Amino acid sequence: MTVHNLYIFDRNGSCLHYGEWNRKKQAGISKEEEFKLMYGMLFSIRSFCSKMSPLDMKDGFLTFQTSKYKLHYYETATGIKIIMNTDLGVPNAKDILHQIYSTVSMGLYVEYIVKNPLCVLGEQLSSDLFSTRLDLYIRALPFFSPRAA
Amino acid sequence: MAIFSVYVVNKAGGLIYQYDNYVPRAEAEKTFSYPLDLVLKIHDEKVVVSFGQRDGIRGTVSCQQVNVKAYKMYIVITGNMSWLELKCCIVYVLYLLLTLCTHTSINLVGHALLSINGVDVNGKFTADGKEIIEYLKDSTNYPVSIRFGRARLSSNEKLMLASMFHSLFAIGSQLSPEVGSSGIEMLETDMFKLHCFQTLTGIKFIVLADPRQSGIDALLRKIYEIYSDFALKNPFYSLEMPIRCELFDQNLKGALEIAEKAANFGPGS
Repeated sequence: MTVHNLYIFDRNGSCLHYGEWNRKKQAGISKEEEFKLMYGMLFSIRSFCSKMSPLDMKDGFLTFQTSKYKLHYYETATGIKIIMNTDLGVPNAKDILHQIYSTVSMGLYVEYIVKNPLCVLGEQLSSDLFSTRLDLYIRALPFFSPRAA
Repeated sequence: MAIFSVYVVNKAGGLIYQYDNYVPRAEAEKTFSYPLDLVLKIHDEKVVVSFGQRDGIRGTVSCQQVNVKAYKMYIVITGNMSWLELKCCIVYVLYLLLTLCTHTSINLVGHALLSINGVDVNGKFTADGKEIIEYLKDSTNYPVSIRFGRARLSSNEKLMLASMFHSLFAIGSQLSPEVGSSGIEMLETDMFKLHCFQTLTGIKFIVLADPRQSGIDALLRKIYEIYSDFALKNPFYSLEMPIRCELFDQNLKGALEIAEKAANFGPGS
């Protein structure tokens, strides 16, 4: 049981943060292109789900899984999207992603903006404190093991 | 617990078969007086609510199943039942009937205009050929009874969605952090779960079902079996073309019924 990687996107599609723990295979394209592809795929999946859904959706798209990994998706009302790739053993990470947003991300995000009036919204979050806090949080998750199962 | 629909996509990404088993419709019918307090716009040749919501709009969730199944309630009345017990029984039966039609207030934004005064509309025109937006601007046509609901997917839209999924399936495999991943096998939302099975020849069988429905993996294998028996062995069927085989339809419907009842597929079924 392990977490492979984590992306945080803002409303316009720019990647705010990317963290990697147990990734075995790179996508074969540059990181920038990978972020754009990931964002585009999720945008299309969301639009696909809203059209296919038999009834009006409340939460929308939650997760998808393939034979090897599971992708968990969480979107806030302001358009911040948090995506986590884990292995198949993880049941439902929605609460965890919400925690990441509210305590780790938003807590530090707000601090980052408030204490740094010159920082630009929409650019990659370069705060070391943010990265280390997020890293510690992921490593402390019950389903995280340093060596993938 | 229901299976909503089945899609079959060929290896080029084109839709070759589609079947809607169970389509829950959430619709609201309301009488409006001039002026209309909703903002309508034309989207994809349909009239859609872009802004506005009526408080207290009540809609019924009506379920239209292609095979209509009657709700059977078995009331066992014993010979020795007292009058009090009989009254309680009747009250309970009425309660059950009422809860079958659940009343919920529905947010109208995004819903399409389905019918005016009971007559179904034709795209952005009424059945008589008048433009709907112009018709609703005229105060002499009021009061008018309009029905709103989720727009049904046209066959063109289904084709586009199937091809879109075909591409998303491939991207899911490309972005995998693990080696040797397949494409998207299961996609989950709060309203439905989409299961996909890709065969060795590149045909994808896609089933949309209720999130709580189980046994879909076995159903997907069964649909593959039915496809190879009744479509591929049909001498008049060309590969990768739309499937128009009666026996395929019949057996597919049978398999869906069995899956919904959560029974197992026998050797001869």
